[in-house]
This record gives sequence, C-alpha cells and structure tokens, in this order.
Amino acid sequence: MLRFLIGRLLAVVPVLFVVSCVVFLILRLAPGDPAAVIAGNSATNAEIEQIRQSLGLDRSLPVQYGIWLGKAVQGDLGYSYFLNKPVSELIAQRLEPTASLALGTLALAVLLAVPLGTLAAWRMGGWVDRLLSLISVAGFSVPVFVTGYVLIYLFAIRVDWLPVQGYESWSGPGGLLAWAKHLILPWLALAIIYVALIARITRASVSEALTEDFIRTARAKGLSESLVLMRHALRNAAVPIVTVIGIGVALLIGGVVVTETVFAIPGLGSLTVDVVLNRDFPVIQGLVLFFAISYVVINLLVDLSYLFLDPRIRY
Amino acid sequence: MIRRSFVTSLAALGLLGASLTATPSLAADAKVFRFVPHANLSVLDPIWTTAYVTRNHGYMVYDTLFSEDAKGNIQPQMVDTYTVSPDKKTWTFKLRAGLEFHDGKPVTSADVVASLKRWASRDAMGGVLNTFIDKYATPDANTFQILLKEPSGIVVDALGKASSNVPFIMPERIANTPGTEQIKEAIGSGPFIFKADEFKPGVKAVYLKNPKYKSRTEPSSALAGARQVNFDRVEWVIIRDPQTQFNALKAGEVDMVEQPAFEQYYTLKKTPGVKVIDFSPAGLQFIMRFNHLHAPFDNPKVRQAAMLAMGQQAYIATQVGVPELGRMCRSIYPCGTPYADENTGDFTGKPNVAKAKALLAEAGYKGQPIVLMRPTDLASISKIPLVAKQQLEAVGFKVDFQQMDWASLVARRAKKDLPTAGGWNIFLTAWTAGDISSPLTMAMLNAKGDKGWFGWQNEPRIEKLKADFARADGLAAKKKIASEIQAIAFETSTHAPLGQYQSPSAIRDNVDGVLQTPGIPVMWHITKK
Repeated sequence: MLRFLIGRLLAVVPVLFVVSCVVFLILRLAPGDPAAVIAGNSATNAEIEQIRQSLGLDRSLPVQYGIWLGKAVQGDLGYSYFLNKPVSELIAQRLEPTASLALGTLALAVLLAVPLGTLAAWRMGGWVDRLLSLISVAGFSVPVFVTGYVLIYLFAIRVDWLPVQGYESWSGPGGLLAWAKHLILPWLALAIIYVALIARITRASVSEALTEDFIRTARAKGLSESLVLMRHALRNAAVPIVTVIGIGVALLIGGVVVTETVFAIPGLGSLTVDVVLNRDFPVIQGLVLFFAISYVVINLLVDLSYLFLDPRIRY
Repeated sequence: MIRRSFVTSLAALGLLGASLTATPSLAADAKVFRFVPHANLSVLDPIWTTAYVTRNHGYMVYDTLFSEDAKGNIQPQMVDTYTVSPDKKTWTFKLRAGLEFHDGKPVTSADVVASLKRWASRDAMGGVLNTFIDKYATPDANTFQILLKEPSGIVVDALGKASSNVPFIMPERIANTPGTEQIKEAIGSGPFIFKADEFKPGVKAVYLKNPKYKSRTEPSSALAGARQVNFDRVEWVIIRDPQTQFNALKAGEVDMVEQPAFEQYYTLKKTPGVKVIDFSPAGLQFIMRFNHLHAPFDNPKVRQAAMLAMGQQAYIATQVGVPELGRMCRSIYPCGTPYADENTGDFTGKPNVAKAKALLAEAGYKGQPIVLMRPTDLASISKIPLVAKQQLEAVGFKVDFQQMDWASLVARRAKKDLPTAGGWNIFLTAWTAGDISSPLTMAMLNAKGDKGWFGWQNEPRIEKLKADFARADGLAAKKKIASEIQAIAFETSTHAPLGQYQSPSAIRDNVDGVLQTPGIPVMWHITKK
C-alpha cells in the first residue's frame, strides 16, 4: 500500500506540470489582455504597452513560463495583476467559504440520501421509492438559482429567519451560529441535487446487493431486516456510493459559482469568474493548479477508502 | 399523539427560527452604513486605474485640493486661499491648517506636489496641464506654487477634476511610486480611514470615520463644502447578482444599492421600505466609435452615413427600458453640463435612412462587411450593439457581428490590424457625464492619430482647438471653443452620441441626505434613522 501511495503521489507531479503548461498556453493564446483591462476606457495604446511591460507580458512565452514555474516550485504562485496580493493568499481567503459550502452540502446530502436510497431499494415501488423519484426529478431539473431564490423568498424575506446573502466565518464574532445561519439556505439549495444523485446511486447499489446470495444467507440466519440492510447490503454497496461522494466533493469545490452568486458567498467559484473575466493570469493559473491538486487528492482518498470498505480490494 | 408531536416539532422550529434571528444585524445599527457598489473593488490605486469603483473608493480615503459644487463650479477643498500673479503664470496655493493623513503625519506642500506629479503622469487632463507647467515650488510646508510657461485657463479645473483620474492627495512617500505601478497603502487625509486588515477583494471593504478629519464649514454641495460623516463605519458589500442585491436591500441587510438593474426599477419603486433616488443628475451617455484607420470608415462620408442611421430612442428603449430614465441628447457633451450644445448639423439623433443611404452610395461603399464588436458579459452595455447592428443594416451596411467578453473587446480594440485580420470597425460603450463634459477629458476627442484613442482619428484641428481651450480664460470663451470642437467632431464623425440616461440608486427609506454629484456616490452627509 505504501508503494501505491508513493506512486500515486509521484504521479501528481507530471499531472501538475502538464496542467500548468496547458493552462499557461491557453491563457496566453486566448483573446484578451489584462493590460488593456487595467488601462481602462480612456487609455491609449502607449499606456497599455507601458502596463504590459510593467507586468512582464512583453517577454516571450517561454521566458514568462520559466519565471512563473521557477517561482511556483518554490511555492510562490505570484501576485494578482489587479488585487496586488499574493495568489496563495487570495486562494486561502476564498477556500473557507467554499469548503464550508461544499462539505456542509455533502454532509447534508449524505445524511438524507443514503437512508433514503437504502429504504427505496429495500421497498422498491413503495412510497419512499416514489418520493425518491420525485426528489430526483426535481433535483436534476430545477436549476439551483431557482431553488435558491425560492428559499430566500420563503425563509429570508417572508419570515426573516435567515439572512439573504453573505458569509460569516465560523471564527468570526458571530461564531458557529452566524456561520450556520448564512449557510443553511445555500446548503439546502445545493443539497437537493446531491441528494438526488447520491440517493439514486445508493438505491441502485443496495438493490443489486439485496439480490446477492449472502443477503439470502443473512436472512436465513434470522438476522433482522435492519441488520441485513445496514451490515450486509449497504456495506457491500458502499464503494460506488463513496465514489460518487468523492466526485461530488471535487465538483463542489470548483463548481459552485451559481450558488455563490445567488447567496453572495465569496468563495473560489466567484473568484474564478472574476479573474477569468479580467484575465488575471497568475490567479487563474494558481486556481487551476489548486483545483487539479484537489481532484488528485480527493481521488486518492476515495481510492484509499476502498481498502476499508471492501477487504477484497488490495493495492 | 401524532398531532402532539407535530405541534412540538412546529414549536421547536419556531424556537430555532427565533434563535437564529436573535442576533442583531449590523445594518440595524444606525452608526453602520452598508453600501453595495456597482462593481467589485479590486484595485485600490485611483491613479493607476480609471475604474469608477476605484475612483469612488478614492473619495472615501483621500481629499482633493478643489472640488466641484452642485452648479459645476470648482471650489477650494484642501486649499484655503489661492492667488494668481498679474501675468497669470504663478499660482500660489495655501493649504488649510491642521490637515492630517491617516498615519498621523501632517499634509504638506511636498505631499501635494508629489501627488500632482504622479496624477499628471497618468491623467489626460493632467497631461495637458503638464504641458503648461514650468515647475512646482514649495515655499513652505503649507504653501505650494505652480509656475507656468504660459497662462492657462485650466489650472483650477484640472485640480478640481471630479472623475477619473482624480488628483487625490497622498503622502509623498506613497505618491513617489511611478504611475505605472500600484501603490501598496491606501493612506489619505479624507473623511474615512481604509481598514486594510478587513479588506477582502470581492467580499467587502471597510472604512472607519476619520475622527481627525477637518471638514470645511460651508454647506455641502455635490463634492464641495462640508464633508460631515454620520457613521462610525461604512461597509462596501460586494453583491454581484442584481436579484440578490434587491433581496438584501428589501430585507434591510444593506442600506444602499448604487446601481440596481433597470429591470428592477418599477419593482423597487413599489417596494415598501425602499426608495429610488438619483444622485447623478447628468447621468451617462452611450457612444459609438469608428475605426478611422480602415475602410470603409476611413472615409468621412461613410462615417456620416453611419451616424445618420442612428436613432437614440431605440438605444434607450433597448438598454434602459424605462422611458423616464432616458433622454435624447444630440450634443457630444452631455445635456445639462456647461458645454452642451444641441447645434449638431445633420445629426438629429433620429434615423435618417434616406440620407444615410444616399451618402453611402455617394461614398462608393461596396458592401464589405464591417466588424461590430459586442461585449456579452457587460450587462450595462451588452444590448446596444444589437441596436447598432439593426440600424446599420437598415441603411445598407453589411455587419460582421462579433460577440466576445469585455476583456477580449478591450484587447481587440487596441489592435490596429485590418478588421479581417483581427482588427475592428465599430465598438460601443458608455461614459459618465463627468468624463465627457469637457473636450480635454473626452477620450473620443483625443485625435492625435496613432497616439490617440482607439479609432486613431488624426484631426489636427481638434488638437489645436483643445490647446486653445486650455489657454482660454472664462466660461464664455471656453464654451465657444467647445462648440467649435463639436462642429468638427460632427463634420469628421469622431463618434456618435447615442442617448443620455440616468442610472438611479436604491436606498432604504430610513436613509437621507445622499448628495447629488457628478456620478460619484459619496458617503458623507448621509444620515440613517
């Protein structure tokens, strides 16, 4: 297993190199010039060129990439062209809201979806199964901004229980209560989609497990249905469920732009949109690297979790 | 049993709701003002960028030597008194006593001179003023002099320039930063102190009342006069989504939304607890710019044909959509500003299809496609190119409609290549009145050819008249020259004015005292009950 772990970690290096190369090239070759954005509406060509020089954008692409790579391997992802702050600081500032949103959403989704999916598989065609179908259709077909606005209208405007927008850090003056208050609606809005996804996978996996011989054996031994479901069916169906949860985490870290916009949560999604629209190259490169590392680490953790969930798997 | 547990659950839910709402929001505090700016504040250097949101941040933190009042007159602000020598070449300014930067150091004449030099290195009007300046002098810590090579009528106008770039006064050690580099500290002597440790770009910017600010005693009038601050703390809250801005205002989480979407105008007017105000009476103007370098718009007749095809009403109706917020204005200087002049020759602001077609035929236009660029991500102007396309096609132009994001557009408009090789023929944008109310600040009148503004018009007559304007003394003389410049602008079709419009703000109904300014939302003078 140690060899597997080391091998996987070493494989990260070429992945990151290729990702950084491709992103660097795409950004430089795509239309758009950060110097023109910075210079503003009344600038002249001379002023734009002056800014390009001050940003080092007048140098050749290999030189620019070499400078960036040299610093990146030392952990220095450079400075934002616009915000005049280190890229790593900007990412760190935005990580907590996104992580809070993503992990809370998944925790809520797992808490609801796994029991729901298991029950649906256990009593196929029953009311829980039909409810799950309804949730799945709604979760997959109603856009998150619609759910978000409806929740805001009901709980923030009509009854004034929760804030409309914003994010409060759990370490801020309001503490955990303020943190949770600001996240309940975004969690709910996003969780519906993941409840649908995870519950459908759980239902399929558990229903398949329930047809296995060992389930018949367990029932023949006289085990209660709850034990059969929890100890035998669900455990044997866990691998695909954990895989989809892992994918969910990765998707949520990089893909919650709409939710962050609707609830004005200052996370990585809104930062990505801002810097892409402004062509803030160092921040875009830093973010893409961060997302790539996140995906690799999450995949690795998911793979490792298989060892504990299914003793037949060996690396 | 079931009913009892249901009732218990409801009660628990109610308690949860009550506990969640128990924490008082900051907006409830009358000493905190929460403001949603029109854009994300990312850059903090108002000299390095012309972004309006950074300019507005500048007015929070920095003070100015002179300021514009509600009648458009320039009044002393940091300056106490000033004199002009009989030959009009030596201007001597005395600073008010007791002015102090947020780091506790006094404002001195050396700070002023360093700030003006940095500003003039970036700003168009500052650049014009620079051509007149022989040198600066600082006879004492409270006095500075501007010694001119020849008399100029724009000294006070330039020092009191209201919009980007504004000659804000910074400490000398910061102002010594080259204009091409961003400053690293936001320290001024203005009415608010910037809380750098609480600044989170894309999230919020926090300002505290400057207890040592020396306000003038005259009544507040636009940017001039007293700058009385009535809040301990002002927070700029970044909310991008217009619907979320509306929801936050309605729920009382914020006190003012600078630029709500036009689509929400009527809803806002009907919403209890919310008022719609307009702090910028002169508003904004849409314009269309031609690339004078390449065919067919290197031919003045083709440019004139395109101008005659334009009907302002359609632009207002499509982009703004609220009739009471738009107005027809043929002048290149916004109507309601001192140099506005409705004497615009054949250009009436209404489409003249027959004449436009005739001009096109006369010019020998062969139907080559013209590249018209549209920024799809800039909601404030994304619809106007659609109108331009329709109106140009109506008179016989063949339009190659290129849609892209704003960052791509601003990069492409800087390219002088042929339109078929990555260049362009036409783009459209909008300007606040403050930026285009003088020939010296209007980018479209930068007619220095290759060194001029995008479109690169080469028109020495405009440049000569602008120099005359800078020398002219008195409003009447300047107005005459401004009108002569406008006549040439229409004759040569520098650009087409496409209508003027207001962009009102929304505030809570317990907020009062928002000052009318040339487009700058200032946080002093405002009160909250």
